[in-house]
Amino acid sequence: MKILTKWLRSYLPELPVSDAQLAEDLTLRGIAVEGIYALGDGNGSLYEMDLTTNRVDAMNHYGIAREAAAIYGVQISPLEVVLPKPRPSGQDFSVRIEAEGACGRFTARVLRGITIGDSRDWFPGAEVATCFDLLEQKKISNAVDATNFVWLAMGQPTHAFDLDKIEGGIVVRRARKGEKLKTLDGVERTLDPEDLVVADHAKPLGLAGVMGGWDTMITSTTTNVLVEAAWFEPMAVRRTARRHGLHTDASHRFERGADFNAGPVASALVSRILLSNGGFIEGDLVDVRVPAWEARTAHRKPVSLALSEVHRILGKTEDKDGITAATVESVLTALGCELTVAQPDATGWLVTLPSWRLDLEREIDLIEEIARVYGYNRFANTLPAFGDGLQSLPWAESESAVRGTLLAAGFHEAIASTFCSAAEAALTAPQPGLVVPLGNPLSEEAGVLRPSLIPGVLAIVAGNLHRDVSDVRLFELGTVFSGTTEKVDEHPVLAFAAVGTLAEQSALHPPRSIEFHDIKGVVEQVLSRFQTRTVYFDRFPSDAGLTPAWLHPYRAARVNADGITVGWFGQLHPTEAAARKLKDPVLLGELYLDRLYKLPLRKPSARDISRFQPVRRDFSLVLDKSAAWEAIDLALAALAIPELVEWRAREVFHDPKIGAHDYSLLLGVTFQAPDRTLREEELQSFQSQIVAAVAAAGARLRT
Amino acid sequence: MMSEAIPNLSAFDDNALDRAFAALKQQAGEEAAALTSADGLEAFKLRWLGRKQGILTEVSSRWLKGAPPEAKKAVGERFKTLKELIEQLREAAEGAGPTDAVLAAEAIDITLPGTRRLTGAEHPITRTLNEITSVFAALGYSVGVGPEVETDFYNFECMNFPPGHPARDTQDTLVIANQERRPLRDRLLLRTHTSPVQMRTMERQPPPVRIVIPGKVHRNEADDATHSSTFHQVEGLCVDTNITFSDLKGTLDHAMKALFGSSVKTRFFPSFFPFTEPSADMQISCIFCGGKGCRKCKQSGWIELLGCGMVDPAVFAFAAEKQPAYDPKKISGFAFGMGAERIAMMKYGVSDIGQFYVGDMRFLGQFA
Repeated sequence: MKILTKWLRSYLPELPVSDAQLAEDLTLRGIAVEGIYALGDGNGSLYEMDLTTNRVDAMNHYGIAREAAAIYGVQISPLEVVLPKPRPSGQDFSVRIEAEGACGRFTARVLRGITIGDSRDWFPGAEVATCFDLLEQKKISNAVDATNFVWLAMGQPTHAFDLDKIEGGIVVRRARKGEKLKTLDGVERTLDPEDLVVADHAKPLGLAGVMGGWDTMITSTTTNVLVEAAWFEPMAVRRTARRHGLHTDASHRFERGADFNAGPVASALVSRILLSNGGFIEGDLVDVRVPAWEARTAHRKPVSLALSEVHRILGKTEDKDGITAATVESVLTALGCELTVAQPDATGWLVTLPSWRLDLEREIDLIEEIARVYGYNRFANTLPAFGDGLQSLPWAESESAVRGTLLAAGFHEAIASTFCSAAEAALTAPQPGLVVPLGNPLSEEAGVLRPSLIPGVLAIVAGNLHRDVSDVRLFELGTVFSGTTEKVDEHPVLAFAAVGTLAEQSALHPPRSIEFHDIKGVVEQVLSRFQTRTVYFDRFPSDAGLTPAWLHPYRAARVNADGITVGWFGQLHPTEAAARKLKDPVLLGELYLDRLYKLPLRKPSARDISRFQPVRRDFSLVLDKSAAWEAIDLALAALAIPELVEWRAREVFHDPKIGAHDYSLLLGVTFQAPDRTLREEELQSFQSQIVAAVAAAGARLRT
Repeated sequence: MMSEAIPNLSAFDDNALDRAFAALKQQAGEEAAALTSADGLEAFKLRWLGRKQGILTEVSSRWLKGAPPEAKKAVGERFKTLKELIEQLREAAEGAGPTDAVLAAEAIDITLPGTRRLTGAEHPITRTLNEITSVFAALGYSVGVGPEVETDFYNFECMNFPPGHPARDTQDTLVIANQERRPLRDRLLLRTHTSPVQMRTMERQPPPVRIVIPGKVHRNEADDATHSSTFHQVEGLCVDTNITFSDLKGTLDHAMKALFGSSVKTRFFPSFFPFTEPSADMQISCIFCGGKGCRKCKQSGWIELLGCGMVDPAVFAFAAEKQPAYDPKKISGFAFGMGAERIAMMKYGVSDIGQFYVGDMRFLGQFA
């Protein structure tokens, strides 16, 4: 919104401050001046202003002038103009409000003998040409410019009709289904009973409070004019404007509440400007009012206000005296309220509200006005007393353990899109039937709520690789969605992905590519933060249909903790990798954190370290290629030898010399007792038990 | 062969003996000084002290035993000092460990970069959210959360955005499909702000409430350098008896000093939010120029940071439907909300908000 200080000052002859000071004082009171531009000698400044939507009353020159008058306590000139005496008319112009629920007031004035021409500076208070030039607003004709001038002056929409095109009189009514109207923008519109129209006795003339009609617009040959200034109900205008996809100055104002009393003033100003170019008024102003709306706008019931409430809400000021009864009275009176003392000691009032401030309705609204004009920055900075104790989110510690583990493993945290395409959702959703679509997505690629973090993480991996960042290790802790369009469930999930080399940077050792077991290690470390009885990893035949479609069926694992599936990980399916033009194998996975968070975090507990020498032994085993480590692992666990304190697969090698179908495994074991040095006979016995156990599990000792 | 190591003595007078022994002492001293390795030390020991062929054994067997009886004492005395010297040289060589020459041969290039086990970086938004919530935790604020998919009731209606109200236009909303036939207040959408969690918290818990709500929100808006359709907010809510506007100012002033440094100043402007009244925008003195005016603050010296205000009685009225203790005549409260991206951009010098969601490893790695 553009405001001329020259115009403001025409209403405020005693304004005691510079344009710059005025801008600052207005801004501190919520009437924000965003930019000041000097317009040269004698022309003052132009303010670029941005007002909050509730202050629609101040989105014009007179409205800003009212604020300034309240701030400095100076007089503001009235807007009323004196009109020439009307010539009598045989019969009053007919105006009828049929839609009383949607139109509160309609004023109409008949002007005859008007000459349509260029705008000039008509009279003091109507310097149309000068103001429009300074605002760089295009001048069209004296009639159009008059309504625009009044709009800029006081924010009241008005409309000028070519009177000779009106048949009969005016009716404000709902449109009839299928009625046609060509609006001023040249668009032929088909109307609906939802639309509010200003009509004559034969046809709709315009969309009420939104836009006038083409057929009744002022042309260069117009001589007789009807000036409309009305008050329309906000919701009615909003619905009409929305239905036609229109947002005009007029609809903006009416939707937010216009001044019920502004119509006659605006009508007079428009008329006086038009009459400055010749012509006369015929008959008195026709002013039709709906009492119910008048009572709800111009004649609202006074609001009671207590000084104690002002203090209870606003608190301490820096100034010792603070906000007194005198402060309250002077601020509210300056804003156009009328106060009557309701309590004998002047600590409570009944406040009559100004017709132009429909945003003021309640005591709290008045308290805000007092704080606003008094100045927010004159209040003290105080701290409230301490409340209750702190409560942590039940999963806060678990989440932080998961995040910390991934960070320590060299994975960066990422935040990906909340949305994905329907195709990606179908690929990655744990429950493909429960994908939730958006009604108005930003794009097709973001058409549904993500059922998995995998699409987003994959997009980020691909983005990095396509930008020639070859080492990617990242994770996301985010929410996934499942359900229907009636009910949507949200679950926390961890996803991670890695491609390229391990998180080690060395000039001396060659980098090593990340592989399946590296991310398995990360998963194990995450799980080790929780208290579990059993953790195992398994996989399923590809025809079982259990492995997620985005994973390589033979390089994927399900993660099971305490009998519950808590996630999947592995290598990206080669088909998906190819579809995304990813050459290097991507390792990735997803853990269902709501399931993991049900487990308590593992509490560290210490055991005494045996001071007796541990004994380490290696066994070189040969196994069939189909035999998994798990068999050896379980066989050793089943031995339940307390002194067998650790066993590890130390090295695996595939060597054709061993046999085409075999591989070799170096098994390292450690024996230790807490209370004694192990004797040679004991060790011999343990070793033969181990040999027997691994043999039973399908391994033979390499000779 | 060792016999070559020492000459035969032709005369046993003091002069001749002195010369012969001095030559050996000098030789031993030079050899000891030239030792560069453990192997060298072993060879030195064998050469001089070896039982069978060592030089001392040679001296003993040839010079001492071969000396005429009248010279035996003189040779013996000199042999003893030589032996002591050799022992000293051996002890010195053994005790000193490897010589500098030995160590120099083991030199490595210490200017090569260290081998780094890279750690991951917390996302700058996570980091910012955590920083903000810790500042408020110190003031007694617990963390609250709520769903990202909300109902129209929680996102708008109970936050005093009545159906059809123009204030709804300011928050373009992403909606779940197929909601048209449902009652307006049940319609599902992606929350446009974290404010719904205010109501969810109050419905669960009578006053007092002190809570901060970090969370992801969505708007149906085009992305540009400073706007993202997805972003994060931290909402705060404090409700109790006697909570005032000056408490709001003091709390935020304290929090900003904790977040941006004790020299930061705050100032407040009237603003408008449907769910607070009075409402305010808060600015902080520019953290880049200290308030003098620079490009970042558009020469104003101030940066707009958050919106806040006293909880509107209409919001309390909605809360009172489930928790009657939220009687706006008896309690009062304030709420505030800030954008985490904006704060992270300022704190870390991020120029394009989109960077937060691209996941470029090079960008993220800067926060490790």
